[in-house]
Amino acid sequence: MISAGIDIGSRTIKVVLLENREMIFSKVVDNTFNPMETCHALLEGLSYDNITATGYGRHLFADHYRSEVISEIKAFSLGINQALPTARTILDIGGQDTKAISIDEKGRVRKFEMNDKCAAGTGRFLEIMAMALRYNLDEFGTEALQAADSASINSMCAVFAESEIVSMLAKGEDRARVARGIYHSVIKKSMAIMKRVGLQGDIAFAGGAAKSTALKILMEEVLKQPVLVPEQPQIMGALGCAIYSDALVLDE
Amino acid sequence: MSDYKEMWTSLGLDQQTHDAVLDLVGKTYQEMFLSQKNRPKGMEYFDFVVSEIHGLRIRELLDAKAEGRKVIGTFCVFVPEEIVLALNAVCVGLCAGAELGFEAAEEYIPRNTCSLIKSAFGFKLAKVCPYIEATDLIVGENTCDGKKKAFESYGDLVGNLYVMDLPQTKSEAGKALLKAEYLKFAAKLEELTGVELTVENLKKGIETVNNKRKAMHRLAELRAANPVPISGLDVLLANQVYFYDNPERFTASINAICDELEQRIANGEGVFPKDAPRILLSGCPMAVPNWKVPGVIENSGAIMVGEEMCTGERGFRNLTDDGANTVDELLDKIVDRYFEIDCAVFTPNKKRYDHIKEMVKKYKADGVLHYSIQFCQPYQIEAMSVEKNLEKEGIPVLSVDTDYSQEDMGQLKTRVEAFIERIKS
Repeated sequence: MISAGIDIGSRTIKVVLLENREMIFSKVVDNTFNPMETCHALLEGLSYDNITATGYGRHLFADHYRSEVISEIKAFSLGINQALPTARTILDIGGQDTKAISIDEKGRVRKFEMNDKCAAGTGRFLEIMAMALRYNLDEFGTEALQAADSASINSMCAVFAESEIVSMLAKGEDRARVARGIYHSVIKKSMAIMKRVGLQGDIAFAGGAAKSTALKILMEEVLKQPVLVPEQPQIMGALGCAIYSDALVLDE
Repeated sequence: MSDYKEMWTSLGLDQQTHDAVLDLVGKTYQEMFLSQKNRPKGMEYFDFVVSEIHGLRIRELLDAKAEGRKVIGTFCVFVPEEIVLALNAVCVGLCAGAELGFEAAEEYIPRNTCSLIKSAFGFKLAKVCPYIEATDLIVGENTCDGKKKAFESYGDLVGNLYVMDLPQTKSEAGKALLKAEYLKFAAKLEELTGVELTVENLKKGIETVNNKRKAMHRLAELRAANPVPISGLDVLLANQVYFYDNPERFTASINAICDELEQRIANGEGVFPKDAPRILLSGCPMAVPNWKVPGVIENSGAIMVGEEMCTGERGFRNLTDDGANTVDELLDKIVDRYFEIDCAVFTPNKKRYDHIKEMVKKYKADGVLHYSIQFCQPYQIEAMSVEKNLEKEGIPVLSVDTDYSQEDMGQLKTRVEAFIERIKS
């Protein structure tokens, strides 16, 4: 019995296959202007008994494939509960969303919060800011960690933050300090969302942005507690979907 | 439709934009309402009302005007309809629920003004609302800061605006203010209509409005059934039409639907399957055609069982007592009734939390979706206490801030679906 999960996000598409709850396959590809074509290419040659979809393309996917649909909130809760069973608070920073979820020991959602319709504090925000500083994503993180302290970024809006940064650089501000400041502004925004669900128990950090070691390290500094990052933070939603597919079959 | 072209031109509407608006409302209505399954047959009346939203009802208003009656436009449930009807005038709600003429509106009010206010300006400036154009008097009211400041420039735009002050506290002084304002309003209407308030006409006005409210109470109670016999979208529509339809005809139509729903309940029939997740909607009013959030809820498999909002139970909740024998005493009874409205402009407004909880219990809701229009400070601030207060008692709450645009549909769907998953587990 092979169960599949697919997470069609704004920036990437992720797929996971489980056999007897063990992960036997996973893949992440960039999303394109034609998400269904990308899904089709991604699934080609894979065989599975049933599939569940999440992410922004979930309903579109279900129109094309025989698929169950669950929200990203549920998907991440199930995925993290398997990958990091002690976690009770989840922070997921994806391409266009930041979500904080509080879960119980069985991975059931107790409460969740999402950012408003705005890119501040999302993965895309970090990408745009790295570009504004002319860093690639790896340099962006390492440089930020090497800075002695942070420049203060006040703008919560991605568009305004970019111009704030440009004028900081024009005044001769150190690039690495600015980079560190950007990370801190994302952390500040994430903390506000996490506090609204109640920062309880172990904290798990997932989503594409969790691939950034700098973000994890700086977040631990602010939280004064360890932040758990699963081995493959980007695929937690797809993993949760595969777990959901698996449980469905068990129910039947 | 072509019958009305001349009427619309005579009201000064912009033909092209107006056609586009009617087209959009028609299409949205088709997608959101007519596509619903298992609708009560009685809803055909409302399908007809919506199809004639700028047609037949406007003709009726113009006919009433030709007979010498006056048309009073309102934006708020604090305007006492009893008095309007007593003076042989017609009462129509003017709140607008679409993102239209916003650019033009921003020449009068800042960008970060709530959609409800912006839309009132937009509809006037884009010349698309025959109701605004058919009014003899428009009543503005000092509820939130946004509205009271906006009415300053709205007055210049429409030329027939009358502003009513409202209290902000549920104190004796507040009540005295409301009484004084209702007296002033009554005098203004007496002057406009040439009719004087009497015990008879005021009692008749109270009776007409109470009957409308009683019909809505009856409808509300039927939604406690499982399965629910009518969709929340359909009831919301009735709540919206409540503000501008002929009151007697409206009451009869709601009562006819209730007869049908009682039959459905007896047969165990519902619009959604038995045990579908039940959501209580609470917060800012939703004016036609603002059906965005309710559409997301009911397209995600949950059903709305009540609306704690002005276009809902906050609007129709209490009856006006007509047990008095002088005009002044009857006016006191009217003040008593309106003074109970739990609008978020009041401080403190704790009774509203109790009312939400009471509704959760009465309609057996599994959770509350609190809806705030972005930049509506009173409701956005109150949303936080509502959430804390209810969650503390184990009632799940999802608080949503949105506006009239469609661009956040993806995020909204994700939140609502996740909330439904939460209340199901």
